[in-house]
Amino acid sequence: MKGTVTVDDALCKGCALCIPVCPKGLLRVASERFNARGVHPAELDDPAELCTGCEMCAIACPEAAITVYRAVKA
Amino acid sequence: MSIELLKGNVAFAEAAVRAGCEAYFGYPITPQTEALEHMARRMPELGRVFVQAESEVAAINMVYGAAAAGVRTMTSSSSPGVSLMMEGLSYMAGSEVPAVLVDVMRGGPGLGNIAPAQGDYLQIVKGGGHGDYKMIVLAPANVQEMIDLTVLAFDLADRYRIVTVLLADGSLGQMMEGATLPPLRPLTERPAWALTGARERDTNLVSSIHLDPEELARFNDHLQAKYAEIEANEVRFEEHRLDDARVGVVAFGTAARVAKTAIAAVRDEGVAAGLLRPISLWPYPEAALRALAERVDALLVVEMNAGQMVEDVRRVVEGRVPVRFFGRTGGIMPMPEEIADAIREVADAAGAGAPEAQPQEVNA
Amino acid sequence: MTVLAAEPLLTPVYEYPKSLTHVPTHYCPGCTHGVAHRLIAEVIDEMGIRQDTIGVASVGCSVFSYRYFATDFAQAAHGRAPAMATGVKRANPDKIVFTYQGDGDLASIGAAEILHAAVRGENFTVFFLNNAIYGMTGGQMAPTTLAGQKTSSSPDGRDPATTGAPLRMSELLAQVDGAAYVVRRSLHDVVQIRRAKKAIRRALEVQRQGLGFSMVELLSSCPTNWGLEPTAALAFIRDEMVPVFPLGDFKLPAEPAAAAGAAAGTGARA
Repeated sequence: MKGTVTVDDALCKGCALCIPVCPKGLLRVASERFNARGVHPAELDDPAELCTGCEMCAIACPEAAITVYRAVKA
Repeated sequence: MSIELLKGNVAFAEAAVRAGCEAYFGYPITPQTEALEHMARRMPELGRVFVQAESEVAAINMVYGAAAAGVRTMTSSSSPGVSLMMEGLSYMAGSEVPAVLVDVMRGGPGLGNIAPAQGDYLQIVKGGGHGDYKMIVLAPANVQEMIDLTVLAFDLADRYRIVTVLLADGSLGQMMEGATLPPLRPLTERPAWALTGARERDTNLVSSIHLDPEELARFNDHLQAKYAEIEANEVRFEEHRLDDARVGVVAFGTAARVAKTAIAAVRDEGVAAGLLRPISLWPYPEAALRALAERVDALLVVEMNAGQMVEDVRRVVEGRVPVRFFGRTGGIMPMPEEIADAIREVADAAGAGAPEAQPQEVNA
Repeated sequence: MTVLAAEPLLTPVYEYPKSLTHVPTHYCPGCTHGVAHRLIAEVIDEMGIRQDTIGVASVGCSVFSYRYFATDFAQAAHGRAPAMATGVKRANPDKIVFTYQGDGDLASIGAAEILHAAVRGENFTVFFLNNAIYGMTGGQMAPTTLAGQKTSSSPDGRDPATTGAPLRMSELLAQVDGAAYVVRRSLHDVVQIRRAKKAIRRALEVQRQGLGFSMVELLSSCPTNWGLEPTAALAFIRDEMVPVFPLGDFKLPAEPAAAAGAAAGTGARA
């Protein structure tokens, strides 16, 4: 795994601006669940561990809801 | 401390400097411009802030900013300029920042003229800006008081986190009199609530917004409690020849000064008149006025307007005695003889006139 | 978060800025005010100036911006933020002061205050969010509203013949000698957001160096009042607003070398 992201449910408003900017199309709207705000939050859908931690989604996020992690060489 | 010959506008400006004013923001307008000019030279000399703003709207908001930063700050203007400051004054009341405003009143409404007047009484004393707020209002009647009340204005503003207004007029601003300036005071410390950067403390906010109605109601309750405290502690007035008076004259500022001459004249005729001069227009000397109304036959209110403070007098007196009004508008100062005539009329109507047999002797 | 526990080698490279409070914003979903807030907070973090920064909020959607920045803040009257900031900065010349204003606030009711703050070369920074509409009051026409743009107070579209054409504030203020740094950026895509952050950094560096008035205009979206989905709103900025409000540097400091050097450390995150 090169990287990953987490979306803070408490902050996400479900605007979905993070979704089109992901170069690998790994983000999606969690249409089967709601957050406390009553919206479908964004979430990472990356079973193949393709996320590189490129930060594009975090840069696009108006809520600063996305934290990006990258693997560092030990 | 020596007596100097000082112009009113220069006197209050220099008094502000001595009181520790660190930032002055203003805009030229007659008849107070000498104050701005004095500050333009003096403040940079002392390494303090002077800014000639683009308008009175900007000037008062600069004062708001400097006050939020916790320094002693002021502006000065005259009636049309003060009208433009009403927005800022309401915001400052709504965020409880201290500052001093000097209004050197001129004739209105509109552009009016540049002659002395007292037509801003209702605007300044009753509010002018939106919302339930008060400003402490001090009315000087000579150059020495322009100095002393300016210093007091800064102290009261800080003590109560309130805007204090020195309500003068063009005559007081322009006249030259002997007066004594206080020594230069050290600058005040920044209060804990001020905006100075959140270093080793939580962040501070200076704001007048309370979106939640209950919260805004609580804030208003807090303001009203503060105002009640000021009403209890900060009433100032002068009583002049009132001991045996049967006609009480009520006047402030320049009008009071002229009224004293008129009172001297009618007293020479045997009319027992005296003067109650409110120095604090808010809080108003209600108890003193009520007590006066209990012991005189009539009251005469003299103002350089069409009748503004007289509304407060009638409100306080509540019909105990007749309240008459004499005023001049247009920026015209009443002559002592005009006021004396008005006193005589009021005295006659109330049965407190001069003994008919005596005038000749008294005047001889 | 379970991923984290399982993969200790994963290190956060993009986190919630320390200069933002953890209060969820009142902005509508997809509104780029949030992006602007985050960028400003990131730059404050990177410059290490949170404890020396004082913000001045305006009136409009940004009225509550004081809630979101973990710095001292003042809340100004409509349009008067540059005047209030003048007082704050003159009383605190060693602090970093910024205003955060929308286009109704800055370009309309506060036009005189912003112009003369620039004329005096006031050494503070203005972040000017231009979304071509009054957002907070429900989408009325602003001085920046595009010709033909429908708003609640120009229901048939803005008619330049009777209501004027969009006012370009950056170009206007760049003419003023006291303005040291005036640029326009946009928040409509990742590349533009990265550029916007560099400009925010540069503006605050200009202030820190005492070079005078600095302003970063940021083209921003208003999905709600434009009646567009968030992504479509970003496309509206790109396709409709940028042609009217061209991006660029309208005024740079007289000594660009020094300022550019200072701005070079803009950080890997943008």
